[in-house]
Formats: sequence, structure tokens, C-alpha cells
Amino acid sequence: MTTRRLPGRPGEVIDRVRPIEFTWNGRVAFGLEGDTIASALAAAGVSVFSRSFKYHRPRGILTADQHDPNLFLQVDDEPNVRGGHRLVEDSMAVRSQNVWPSLRYDLRSANRLVGRFLTPGFYYKTFMAPGPLKPTYQRVLRRFSAGGTVGTATQRTFSEKHFAHPDVVVAGGGPAGMAAAVAAAAAGAQVMLVEENRTLGGHLRYAGAAALGPLSDLRDAVWAADGIEVLTDAAVTGRYDHNWVGIVQATAAAERLIKARAKCLVVAAGKIERPYVFEGNDLPGVMLSGAAMRLMNLWAVSPGARAVVVTANDRGDAVVEQLGGAGVDVAEVVDLRQAKQQLVRARGRGRLAAVELSDGRVIEADLLVTAVGWTTATSLLNMAGARPVYEPRTARFLSGDLPDDVMATGEIVGDGSLDELIAHGSAVGAEAGRRALRRAFDWAKSTPRAQPVTPPADEPTTIPPLAAADHPELFTAPSDGFVDFSEDVRGKDLALAAAEGYDSIELSKRYTTATMGPIQGKLELVNAVAVHAEAIGATIAETGTTTWRPPYAPITLGVLAGADEDPVRRSPMHDWHVEHRAVPLVAGQWIRPDHYGDPAAEVGNTREHVGIIDVSPLGKIDLRGPDVPKLLDFVYINRWSKLGIGRVRYGAMVGEDGVVIDDGVTARLGEDRYYMTTTSSGAGRVWHWLDDWMQTTAPWWDVRMTAVSDGYAAMNVAGPNSRRLLERVAEDVDLSADAFAYMQARTATVAGIPDCIVLRIGFTGELSFELHVPAGFGLHVWTSLLEAGADLGIEPFGIEAQRIMRLEKGHLIVGQDTDGLTKAHEAALGWAVRADKADCAGKPELQWESEAGPQRMLVAVQPDEPSLVPAEASQIVAGDRIVGRVTSSRMSPTLGRGVCLAMIDADFAEPGATVTIRLPDGTSAAATVMEQTAHFDPEGERLRG
Amino acid sequence: MLLITCPHCGPRNGDEFSFEGEVVDRPLMGCSEEAWRAYLYERHNVAGWQEERWFHVAGCRRFLDVERHTISNEIRSVRDVAREPK
Repeated sequence: MTTRRLPGRPGEVIDRVRPIEFTWNGRVAFGLEGDTIASALAAAGVSVFSRSFKYHRPRGILTADQHDPNLFLQVDDEPNVRGGHRLVEDSMAVRSQNVWPSLRYDLRSANRLVGRFLTPGFYYKTFMAPGPLKPTYQRVLRRFSAGGTVGTATQRTFSEKHFAHPDVVVAGGGPAGMAAAVAAAAAGAQVMLVEENRTLGGHLRYAGAAALGPLSDLRDAVWAADGIEVLTDAAVTGRYDHNWVGIVQATAAAERLIKARAKCLVVAAGKIERPYVFEGNDLPGVMLSGAAMRLMNLWAVSPGARAVVVTANDRGDAVVEQLGGAGVDVAEVVDLRQAKQQLVRARGRGRLAAVELSDGRVIEADLLVTAVGWTTATSLLNMAGARPVYEPRTARFLSGDLPDDVMATGEIVGDGSLDELIAHGSAVGAEAGRRALRRAFDWAKSTPRAQPVTPPADEPTTIPPLAAADHPELFTAPSDGFVDFSEDVRGKDLALAAAEGYDSIELSKRYTTATMGPIQGKLELVNAVAVHAEAIGATIAETGTTTWRPPYAPITLGVLAGADEDPVRRSPMHDWHVEHRAVPLVAGQWIRPDHYGDPAAEVGNTREHVGIIDVSPLGKIDLRGPDVPKLLDFVYINRWSKLGIGRVRYGAMVGEDGVVIDDGVTARLGEDRYYMTTTSSGAGRVWHWLDDWMQTTAPWWDVRMTAVSDGYAAMNVAGPNSRRLLERVAEDVDLSADAFAYMQARTATVAGIPDCIVLRIGFTGELSFELHVPAGFGLHVWTSLLEAGADLGIEPFGIEAQRIMRLEKGHLIVGQDTDGLTKAHEAALGWAVRADKADCAGKPELQWESEAGPQRMLVAVQPDEPSLVPAEASQIVAGDRIVGRVTSSRMSPTLGRGVCLAMIDADFAEPGATVTIRLPDGTSAAATVMEQTAHFDPEGERLRG
Repeated sequence: MLLITCPHCGPRNGDEFSFEGEVVDRPLMGCSEEAWRAYLYERHNVAGWQEERWFHVAGCRRFLDVERHTISNEIRSVRDVAREPK
């Protein structure tokens, strides 16, 4: 391969004694340390890097930086790597994307021949066709669509997220941004300086030898300053409400998302060079002046041998001089500031061969450099609410008024000498620092008990003017070319869209997909607006621009997902369950034992001897104060004011719409002391709900509430032997049936642990005691009970056995047997509703429900065929009508038959009625509505024993 | 993300709070069905200044009345619901 590496250049970032060996489309290639993938390949003489999205046209370097639409490459198993930014590494396997079978012989470039079928609005038009063909479209389009491939063997990686609270965030590390950061830090602010390139400097890095002195001075000032955190390879991707700023830092090794609350955001994003629209503008060999400068000055790569330069500004003039200095033969300079000469088209097959000018001359060249204007990178300012305003004199959009906490500096504002840019940046940075410290002062003032903060100066910093220089309006040459390189949209496509009625730029953008590719309009938006404006006969100012939205730079989904850090909650007895081979059940955040091998046997043992279940996830709330009964009366449907000390009661809660939201028991442990339990999943919701009423409705109630869910481990000892077992381990309590009856509560010392709460309740339908013990002693009490009860036949049981037993007893589970519309009477809780309360949550709805009669009823149902267990959610039908559904179903080991709860329309829910269950396999089965919800021991003799 | 200045904790990120919706007056018991259902389901959904309620669930656990502009998200006052009456 020929080398295009130039002799040593001042400011080059390559290390000439450290070669890198990698592969390019399977063949060995060499670069130098410090080379990007693109610069290494360009140095090796590669001119075609990719094939375009729609027409599969060969494409080469356009900008040579991270925004280059033609340099999206596959690196090992990572797709869409930006080849203008990623450094080459040893043994990297780099491939071009979007080629088949190879970069040189791409069969799909035949698309050029069928281009008339790939008109704008292709997707709109194609998918209007009848549905059955869509899978075919999808298969064909997949093969033709852009992007690399993700290997299925790709290792899962985690990216981190972190929160930051900087005073000032500076977006852009060019000269103005660096000056702003230094000045803000000097004003006493903590600064984050965010730069998308690997090093600070912006255009000074590649502007030529004269810029290197000032660059080094600015970098030194940044490093010397106190309080500047420099983030390179990073981009401010969005500005959101109240200056919430997203920053993504992505190196080849790691990615992280920084969520920063900036007290002041300084945008110094600079300006982006705009391509020129003409026939052949996408031929490899046609590039922007910035690309030529980067190649020469950063990586010492000659961009070509014989050049034509089209210039309309100082940058173009500088490139002419630098190309000459680098030994490139500049065959022609087309100066568009003078009306004499115009570029007509670029010619070539697969790469640039010649340039045709308006005077008829055709000049052979392998390099065509254009410098025809700029787009200001205002998107962060526009996200902050500033309107983009087109200024014809400068041929660019500038930004309108900014909120107080966002400032702009550098070439995004205007043009000037380096000294002027630095002076502007310094003034803006000082003012940003002052505003940030003012905000910190205000925040501290509004925070009770905060450390006092010294107020900053009141006097705003005077910011010198920085005007945008005049520039001719140059968007399209007399021939048509590509406006959007990422999406393969030409000028004529935009004109056609306008002719088809898409006369707003926002509509045209969506229809043609111009500006919707990975570059997101940075290069192509203004050209698209200009072409569209001309097509509809409007000015650019009248046409306006499309809305800039986050993210400014591409973000991987992985960095947004972050690490897998969902919290997991485990009971204090969790390790014991694991040791005893519990099969885990994930229930919300909790991991609970589903069963220990045989749930039916666990049911049998509990009903016959004694079982123990870990119910630590129950929500637990400690309530104290004289007004607790008022609170309970308000949030529960039943009456609480007469609950005696040592009593416990079941209660259900409904929302203001009468829908059942939770249930549980509450015990009165002392004169002013109550202990509430909630469902496991409802713990947080109930806590929130109680706080709401106490704060918003009756703040005068004397109630103190403490959530103690994690403070207590809880276990239920159930079965005929449970009293005998407890008598062996409990002290300070009389457990006899007379002294401690069903639905009573005591405190006791259990297994030597004082202040345990003992509730005699029976979800399982057995004689049972629920122990709530300080969490740190949960495992001790658990194992003590198991040891003490060995001869009584104690065995642990899991959630599944508990669910079977509660279903045998007909106890509902909120959310399983009720849904988001189930009111109290429908849930068979009408017996508990007390209508004579002056007020309670949902009272009017319950009253109306009671008056009108429930529409549906939760009832117990037994299939006539005893062995049948209809799947939960099976429909209950009357002819063609659905009249209900099975909400819970199990095979009852105790009764030896299938048992269900079902929600059935009231007309069909009469006791003794026969209903039809439609099974998932389409067959039907008859079932009978039972007299009571309890299938087993409806009189409750067992739990009262 | 919003920044809400809690009167007890100072300026905090919006994700520490849960949004409780527009502030609506609870009708007295004995009200009509229309009035009750309006309380349950009807909201003004203004484009402009809105009195709304937030719960500082990951902070002081106080309910707060917030005046927020629904277009600009500007917040001009945050008060504890249990404040002294105006």
C-alpha cells in the first residue's frame, strides 16, 4: 500500500515509533499510536470506508471526526463505532458496514439503478399496502438496512451512572470553553468542563502551527486552575428542566452517564462546518476543509495529491495554504465570494476523478475541499428554550434569548480573533460562576439548618460583544447532490416532498427522513431547510428549522440502562431457607420460599401437626397516640373505636372510589399503642396512604406513625400443636384458650427475646400464632421454634402451602381475587362495612354500592368433577356471555378436590347455582357456587380451638 | 428532572418526590354523586399555573403544595400542606 503519511507536523498526535497492527475487512493494516481508525486507513491509502444507507454508494472521509456520517464501522463485535474518533488498537478487527458481499463489489449498489423505487416517503408509501405482505417487506428491508451486527456471544457489560452537583457545566472545550471554565473556577465555582474529543482545544488542535502556542497556554491554565473537572470523550447530550444536564462519557473501555444539576450551564459548542450540495458531493475524495486540516495537522496524513479547493471564508483560504505546505498540488481555487466562478459537479466512478467548473473547464483531481459555511451547534440552547433565529447576513441560525441559568460563548455566539473569543469566554465564565454561586446562596438560604453560604458579588460581569461575521449564503451549487449523507436524501427528494404537499420542514423531515440519521442534522439540517425553502418559495427565516431534541450525540442503550441494580429484599431467615432447599419465589422485591419440596405435604402437616412460615415481608406500622382509633376508622371500612386492649381485628381498606386496596390486621397493644400489618406488596402504599390522610385531612389528630416493616421478623406458627409448641418457648404470657382467645394480641418473651408481639389470628384456618420479633433475633426465634417443636411434628411451609390453605378457608388475597374495580361488597367484605361512620375513605361509594347492590360477587366455587382444577383466570360463561372468572384455584389436599374463588356477576352468583367454566382448551365444565366462601371448616372451629 | 425546593429539606431532585396530582377539594359527606365523581375523576389540566400536591417520599415524608407552571415547569412556591392557613 502507498503511504500518505507526511513528514513530522507540529501538533501531530501520533507516536511514530509505536506502530499498531490491525485488520481492515480481513486484511492486515498498520497505523500509529494516536491514529483514529479513519486516519490510519487514510494514511494507508484507503479512500472508500463504507457504503451508503439507501443506494449503497461508496463513501469516504467527509469530516474525519466523530460526526462523520461515512465512518460508522464495525469493530470486533461492536457495531456503529465512529471511525473518525475511535483510536486504532493492536489486533482490532475493523470492517465496513452496510456492504454485501464486499466493500468493492457491493451488489446492492444496484439500488442506484432502482433508485426511483426508493423515493422519499418510501416507508409511508410501501406500508400503505395490504397487511399480508408486511413480513416480506420486513425480510427484504432488513437485508438492505444499515448498521452493523451485534454478536450473540457479546459479553454483557455494565455502565455506571452517577449524580453530580457542579456549580458550572461548560459544554465544549475549545478556546472559549476553556477560558470560561478557568474564569468560573477563579470566581470560586466548581466546574465540569465537557469535551467530546480526546483532548481539550477545539479547532486550535488542528488549525495550524500558529494556534499551538495559545492552545498550550489555555490547557496549562485549565490544569493549573482549582476546581475544574475535565471530562474528555464526553458530550453534554441534553439540557432538561431546571438545568438537569445529561453527560455521556464514552471511551472504548467504558461508558458512563453523569446526571448533573448544573447551577449554570455554559454552552461553548462552537460551529460545525456545513457541506455543499452539488452533483458528486458524496464521492470519496470530496471532503470539508475541517477534514483536510485534521488529517494533515493531527495525524500527518496527506488528504490527496491534486486538489481543487472551493472557498468562501478564511478557513478555506487557510486550507489552500496548508495543502500547499504539505506538498499537495492545489490545481484550482474556486473563490465563491467572487461571482466569477462556480463549482458545477464532481465526477468519478467510485472516487473523485475530476471537477467541472462553470467556465467549462474540467480539472483532474483526487481531492475536492469545500469551505462554504457553518452551522452553529445551538441544540443545547434550543433545548433550554432559546428560539433559533436565522440571520441571512451570516448565513447561519443564531440563538434567541436564554434563561438566566444558561449562557453561551465562543463561535456559537459569533466570530472573532482568538483573543476576542478568549475574552468573551472569560467574561461569560466569570458571570456564570457568579450566577452559580448566587444560586448556591439562594439554595442554602431556602434550606433549614444549612451551613450559611457567603453571598457572591451582586454586580454582573460585563460581557464584551462578539458578533457573527458576514458570510455568503451558500447551500447548493447549480447541480443536485446529497443533502443528507446518512439517509441518502438529495435535494430533488426534498423538492419532490414539497411538491407532494409536505410544505412544512417538520413534515418534510419525517417524510424524507432527512436529518433523521445518526448525525441528527448537525451537518445537513441547514442545507435541508435551504432546499426546502427554495422548493416552497419561502425564505429560510420564514421556513424556520426543525426542533433540536436530546440527545445531542448518539447514546447506547446500555449506558441508559446502567448497571443491574434492582434492590432485592430478604428476610432475616433467608439463609436458613436456602440451606433447607427452599424453592424461591420472587414476589416484588422479596425473595420468599415458595415451598420446601412438597407443598401438599406441607399443608397436610400443618393441618395435622404444626407448621411454621416466614411472613417477614408483611408491612408493619407502629401507631401511637390517643387519636389512632380515628385514623383507623377513617382508613378501614369497619369500626375501630371500641377495640379493647389486647384485641386484634381484621380490616380492609378501600380507596376514595370504594375499590379494595389492601387488608390486614391491627392489634391494640396498649392504651395508645396499636400495631398494624398490611399485605407484603402493599406496605409502602398503605404507609403513603395513612400519611396522606394524617397530613392533608386531619393534621390535628394526635397520631405518631412509624413504619417498622424491617424492624420485625414475622413468622406464623399454625396447626393443632401450635399452642403446645409456643408454651415451650414463650414466657410472661398465658396461652390458654380462655386467657388468650382467637383474635387477641399479647406481648411476650419468646425464646428469651422480650417484647415480641404475638397475634392469635388464622389466615390458614388453623389455630395459629403470628410472632413479630425484633428482626435481629428472627433467625434465633425461628430455629428455637423448630428445635422445640421437633417432637410435635413441626415443619416449615412456604407461600404455596399458605395459598392453598387460605383458599380452602376462602380468605381473599387483594390483587389476586380483586382487581382495580372491585369494591368492598363485591369482594364479599360487606359484612365489615360500617355505614354509620360520619366519614371514612370511600364512604359515599360504599354507601351507593350497598344501596344499588353489588354488580358482581366474590364466591367460592367447586367444579362438579372433583379432580378438575380450572386454570386461574378461566372464564365463567352463560351461553356466549362472559359472566365472571376464576380468580384463584388449587387442588385442596385436605378436601381431595379442586377449590376455587370466582368473581361472578351477581345474577349468577346465588349459592347453589350451577355455572359453566370455559377451560383454556376450549372445553367447558360445570361448577357449583358454594354457600360460604370457606370450603373448609366454615364454622371456624379449628382456629378458635 | 424537576428541582423542587422542599421547605424542610431544601432543593431536591424531583425523583425524591411522588406526584399526587392537582389539588382538589374533598366534598363533604352527603354530597351528590356528580360532585363526588368530579372529585374522583375530573381535573382542570390547566396550561398555566397549577396548584398541585407532591409527597417528599424519599425525604421528610411531608405532603407539599406546589405552584408549578405546566408549560415552563417553573415552580413559584412550595409549602407544607399543614402550614398555617393563609
